[in-house]
Amino acid sequence: MQKLGDFKLPHFFNYPPYFTLQPVRETREKQIQLWKELILDYCRTQKIFVIRLEEEFPLFSNSVIERTLSHEAREAFLSALVAEGRAEWLDKGRRNCLILWHRIQEWADIIVNFVKDNGFEDSVMTVEEIRLGIESRGTELQGIDRTILVRALKLLEHKGKLAIFKGTSTDDEGVKFSV
Amino acid sequence: MSNFFSKAEVTSSGRPVLLRNEVECHLLSAVDLEPEDHRHFSLLKSGLLILTTHRLIWLPSSSASTPISASAIPLAAISHIFSSKKSLKSVFHSPRIRFQVLVSSDGRVFDPGSESGSSSGSGSRSVVVTAVIRGKGDCDGFLVKFWDSWRARAWEAIETSDSGSASASGSGAATGTGGGLYSSDGSVRMVGVAGILRKEQEMWESTDKSLQDAFQDLNALMSKAKEMVMLAEKMRQKLLSGTSSQTSGTNDEDMGSKEEMQDWLLSVGIISPVTKESAGALYHQQLSRQLADFVRIPLERAGGMINLIDAYCLFNRARGTELISPDDMLQVCSLWEKFDVPVMLRKFDSGVMVIQNKSHSDEEVFARIKSLVTKPEALLTGISPTDAAMTLGIAPAMAKEHLLTAEIKGLLCRDISPDGFRFYINLFPEIDPCNMYFVKNYGICSTWIKAVSTTG
Repeated sequence: MQKLGDFKLPHFFNYPPYFTLQPVRETREKQIQLWKELILDYCRTQKIFVIRLEEEFPLFSNSVIERTLSHEAREAFLSALVAEGRAEWLDKGRRNCLILWHRIQEWADIIVNFVKDNGFEDSVMTVEEIRLGIESRGTELQGIDRTILVRALKLLEHKGKLAIFKGTSTDDEGVKFSV
Repeated sequence: MSNFFSKAEVTSSGRPVLLRNEVECHLLSAVDLEPEDHRHFSLLKSGLLILTTHRLIWLPSSSASTPISASAIPLAAISHIFSSKKSLKSVFHSPRIRFQVLVSSDGRVFDPGSESGSSSGSGSRSVVVTAVIRGKGDCDGFLVKFWDSWRARAWEAIETSDSGSASASGSGAATGTGGGLYSSDGSVRMVGVAGILRKEQEMWESTDKSLQDAFQDLNALMSKAKEMVMLAEKMRQKLLSGTSSQTSGTNDEDMGSKEEMQDWLLSVGIISPVTKESAGALYHQQLSRQLADFVRIPLERAGGMINLIDAYCLFNRARGTELISPDDMLQVCSLWEKFDVPVMLRKFDSGVMVIQNKSHSDEEVFARIKSLVTKPEALLTGISPTDAAMTLGIAPAMAKEHLLTAEIKGLLCRDISPDGFRFYINLFPEIDPCNMYFVKNYGICSTWIKAVSTTG
């Protein structure tokens, strides 16, 4: 079985037509489904949050069979993820895509559990601490993309679970939990 | 009730089989042929009447349910043609052409071809036959051509060209000599009114003569053309017998050039092109049938499917003169739907139009493609249109159409890369997105994996 780093690739990754955007509707729908799953899987395991279309992305090329996804194909597959709510375009030119292998709501739930597990119910933390602090090591929150984290926090704020405020220093924001 | 007339052979598309050197001259539709003796012989109702240089052929219309099949009257059996009488009665009736035919002892049309001794039939009684023209054809024009053909006596012309038979009926025969019709005996004195009249007469005669000569040339030219075609036929026959008798001693080059010769000769094979003149409003119908006949052989050689444009070029080449327009070609092919011919026009999704046998089966082609594309090599590297062309025995462009159609049906997938445009067997249906790493032990997916892994 082929690997990309430590990521196990499915057998059809070596099937050349997989890398050509299929014109026949039924075939294309299947192809899109497979690519969506693969992208989400890969990003989840490798903790990739953003895909930039104009840069090299290891998943989009297969050197063994010497095939690469065209720009059109990449856009097609990512757009399908966006349509499903599992991704978002970060710019109008569709060059950068935010991958939500957890939906924002799921992240929000993870944060709530994190808070409960560590007894932070009434504490205050900075956003960076949530991302990179000792407590988050080994959890899913470790290294989370800042944009996603802030969105999740904002969602929770809207639900009254916490409050976001500007910190004393200019860079970081703070969060007061009231879970 | 038996048939008064002789039997005429037809092809599978309903076109008459012409004799050697027989050329079609004119056509009329919706014609009844009535032999004088109704009681013993049946009427031929509402058919197609074709005048040729040798015969009058009557074809039943496709809707007719008469048991009588195609019939013919040899022009040699006709003893007299009546000129058309324009009377008050004829204004209200359908126009009629009446002629006298020699009959043999059984009361049917005397067929000079079937009876070896001419003495048994000639000189016996004749019977009047009436052709009633109920269609809209040019009756007068037909009558004129009828006279011409009958007088020309083309069936008497001997093969080895120089037919010394300077028939008494001077016009139309293959003799190119300028023997005038009006031989003058010495000079005549041009005096007085008689002289003026005589002078006028002579001027008229010489104009007539030069017209005759001009047409002689044209006839001579046409007979030469016939000779050329005959020569081509002879050579083709020789080639055919030549290739079959050759043993393995023939080398490839020889065979190649022989085939070229054959091709070339085949393309000048049609003696009697259907023209707008001879068929009038039925032009497209007859042309349609002729095309169906013609295209049979090229279709076979091309493996059952031929590009419409290629067929058009081949057909026009064979016709030589009286070329048909692309529009005519399209119309003629669309007419095939209405007839019972073994070929059809087909348009692919890509817009490419082809002629194919009605018996052609897409299913069969797909089965062959499927077996080709599941071979171990093809599983690894796919197939190109050229690979398919070689296996299916058709042109690469045609093969590509088939591959594209198979792709639309979900049998194949495309792979576009710097290596080119290739097709693979479609594995997608077998893969479950919810269980991507799982592969069944059976099925095309596992076959593919095995093929891929053995090469490392």
